[in-house]
Amino acid sequence: MSEKSSNKLQVTLPSDTEIELTRVFDAPRHLVFDAMTKPEYVRRWWCCMDGFTMPVCEIDFRVGGKWRYVMVSADGQEVGFRGEYKEIDAPARVVHTEIFEPFPDSPAMVTMTLEERDGKTFYKSRVVHGSKADRDAHVNSGMEVGAGIALDRLEQVAKGLGESGRGTGATVAT
Amino acid sequence: MLAERLDATFMALADPTRRAIIARLSQGEASVMELAAPFAMSQPAISKHLKVLERAGLVSRGRDAQRRPCRLEAAPLREATDWLERYRARMEARFSRLDTLLEEMKAKEKRHERKK
Repeated sequence: MSEKSSNKLQVTLPSDTEIELTRVFDAPRHLVFDAMTKPEYVRRWWCCMDGFTMPVCEIDFRVGGKWRYVMVSADGQEVGFRGEYKEIDAPARVVHTEIFEPFPDSPAMVTMTLEERDGKTFYKSRVVHGSKADRDAHVNSGMEVGAGIALDRLEQVAKGLGESGRGTGATVAT
Repeated sequence: MLAERLDATFMALADPTRRAIIARLSQGEASVMELAAPFAMSQPAISKHLKVLERAGLVSRGRDAQRRPCRLEAAPLREATDWLERYRARMEARFSRLDTLLEEMKAKEKRHERKK
């Protein structure tokens, strides 16, 4: 395996349903592991920019235990993620499910491995989705949040129109 | 819509001959005959690949009735790489915050070691 001199994140799509992330951290493995699995640390990096806050960061770190992260945007839109720990081999490997809460029927399986060499930690995360459509939606997620907000509002407006239409017997032109 | 366009782009790029055609056209426009020359393929076979690339919007054909030169359309290619790059950039922003935290954790650990 050739090692990049840069620490920057590499993203590849090894198959139609997978995403693989690799990155080097200039810190020993036990610290990277703590930073990724303890809520007081996760809160510090997983969130937040552009006015987002992270009101929920729950981690029940044991096999069969659940985790849940919720981000809230400046205008109040919530984005939640949750899952369950399937395998834990501290500080080398964690396998867990990940559900993007608006799509509870499409869990992904995430396998995270950490290797330490010369005081640096080599992080690899393989995300396996149930379908290509789910995988693509994941890659697009940041862009979809904005679109999702707009669609929710449109739906509310449409509902409002339907109700007033019933009340008055008026027909609603689209 | 973006997802459909990207599917068409990735499908078109999944074939090694079509990728070679794209590589050739990145150096400048070419006729079907010129494109077929380096391949052990007939012109109709190359034309078939060109149709796939045209449908995906990756290649356009000139108006010159005789030659109808093929040229590369860069926008869909850029969109395909941007798609993943935007995701990568979002994740990298998160990991660079983690770098900052790790520096802090390392410093803290060092202070503890010195005390021991």
